[in-house]
Amino acid sequence: MTDREIVIRLRGIRNQFGSQVVHDDLDLDVYRGEILGVVGGSGSGKSVLLRTIVGLQTPNEGSVEVLDTDLLSADDDTRQTLENRWGVMFQDGALFSSLTVRENVEVPMRGIKGLDPQIRRDLADLKISMVGLQYSAGDKYPSELSGGMRKRAGLARALALDPDIVFLDEPTAGLDPIGATGFDELIRNLSQSMGLTVFLVTHDLDTLHATCDRIAVLAERKVLVTGTMKDMLEVDHPWVHEYFHGPRARAAASEGSAKADRKGD
Amino acid sequence: MSGEDATEFSLEPADDGGTVHLFGALTVRTVTAAREKLQALDPETVTCIDLSSLTRLDTAGAWALVTLKPGDGSERGFEITGASDKAQSLLRSVEKALPEPETPPPQDTSLVAWLERFGRKVHAGGLFLQALTGFLGIFLHRFARSLLHPSKFRLTSLVHHCEEVGYKAVPIVALMSFLIGVVLAFQGATQLRQFGAEVFVVDLIAISILRELGILLTAIIVAGRTASAFTAAIGSMKMREEIDAMRTLGLDPGLNLFVPRILALLIMLPILGLIANVAGLFGGALMAWIDLDISPAMFMTRLIEGTSVDHVFVGLVKAPVFALIIGVVGCHAGMQVQGNAESLGRMTSNAVVTAIFAVIVADAVFSIFFARIGI
Repeated sequence: MTDREIVIRLRGIRNQFGSQVVHDDLDLDVYRGEILGVVGGSGSGKSVLLRTIVGLQTPNEGSVEVLDTDLLSADDDTRQTLENRWGVMFQDGALFSSLTVRENVEVPMRGIKGLDPQIRRDLADLKISMVGLQYSAGDKYPSELSGGMRKRAGLARALALDPDIVFLDEPTAGLDPIGATGFDELIRNLSQSMGLTVFLVTHDLDTLHATCDRIAVLAERKVLVTGTMKDMLEVDHPWVHEYFHGPRARAAASEGSAKADRKGD
Repeated sequence: MSGEDATEFSLEPADDGGTVHLFGALTVRTVTAAREKLQALDPETVTCIDLSSLTRLDTAGAWALVTLKPGDGSERGFEITGASDKAQSLLRSVEKALPEPETPPPQDTSLVAWLERFGRKVHAGGLFLQALTGFLGIFLHRFARSLLHPSKFRLTSLVHHCEEVGYKAVPIVALMSFLIGVVLAFQGATQLRQFGAEVFVVDLIAISILRELGILLTAIIVAGRTASAFTAAIGSMKMREEIDAMRTLGLDPGLNLFVPRILALLIMLPILGLIANVAGLFGGALMAWIDLDISPAMFMTRLIEGTSVDHVFVGLVKAPVFALIIGVVGCHAGMQVQGNAESLGRMTSNAVVTAIFAVIVADAVFSIFFARIGI
């Protein structure tokens, strides 16, 4: 696994708010093409970690390297280029409320010189359709959409420029089980067809089972352990054990294996 | 599909076998030009498009290839070769996701359509008036109920709103009215001096302020500051589902939100009108003294002798009506707020415009009414 290309490399990250230390000496590698699930208790700094990687939060110490660029010392132009190569989906989609869904998806594409407006429209429609939304959703405003649709629209905007990496913040939070399962499959399919690297912050054990190649557990202010779901079950740290062996985890696991069996048939 | 940001794309015309070779990157950055080049290919000779020399292909590029059709819309008979596994899966998923455009309903620009839109707007206006009347009914009903069951009445809330809409508005109302008095005296004096009728400036000030301007301008100021405050407060509660929460807890929004607010306006607007009258007369008297040498005592005598007290009543009798208009419009607009901040802003400014407009219309109706019955 070590010979694979590393797209995100975090070294010695320290994030501190006042006297509260969220991350201390945190290291993390994300490999190209994988779906990494980041889990951790409430307040363990999952979202802060995501914000640190995409540059919304400057760490007090440490280095952030994304796609072989040192983010913290990069100048504005380099950052701009880099920002076009990743997409972020925030928890509730964070769509611009004064624009329709189609216009929202077009926003990142407006920065491209010489892109014909009609083609831009068609591409936005394609992205909207790729995330599983109806054609008619393109003309709607975010306030007219349900929570699940807003998330899908947020994903469409994140994917507008075919990024190398997408960051998803709690993609299935607040969705019904059917919607959540649909979203899991969507992430899996898109990541395969578009060759995406996915950095996924979640609480949803079903999502971890269904989509993630690798899991990173955030606890005690650092990445405690990374590995596959199987590896996680063997970790004997109390929190990790509790998390992956609790009643919810067992339900998700049995469901996940049943699904795998069905796939095998 | 490496990560470099290539912006070059080219294609080599068809060789003998009818194969077109693509070079460079076919991405969202090059798609506009690439699509033109691809569209320009002669469908008669091209049978095959070779992707093996492409350095990068993204969704936009795949879209350009998948949607490549001749101008007449028929299927283009060519095949795509040399695509890597990744490119193939991308092409497949783009093809699968290709949106089915729905034809938008044609925009009818005829006279009939215009009339229809006009009719719909008139109908919507009628519905709005009906809704406002309904709201007035809700207020009166809840008010009557709170009279029957005084324990349900929210006295603390009423006092709070009296302070908000009344007491805190005193400085701005008094200052505005004082300045209006000054202006009237000044303008009146310049005109009346030509006839040597300076002393009539007292009548001019008294009648215009007491009958019309005092209460009308007060109502306009209150409409501006209070209707918007009502809409914003109730609207943000509506936005965060607090109103629904109240209903499920058995608290009636009419009784708890509308009655204290509208009642506070009903109590405070006449008082504010009275303050405006006094401040306006004071401003007028001051200016008359400075500019026309009409002493305060003389102003007073002339005021008491020449101006009927009817004028004060004619002015103040409008106050409760204005208060109802402002309160009902403000609360109604608040309840119309949808689940987003944008509609909150829109309804707030709607409420102010509607309230001011309705106050002026009501004032005009009052003027005609009083003129007809000869007061």
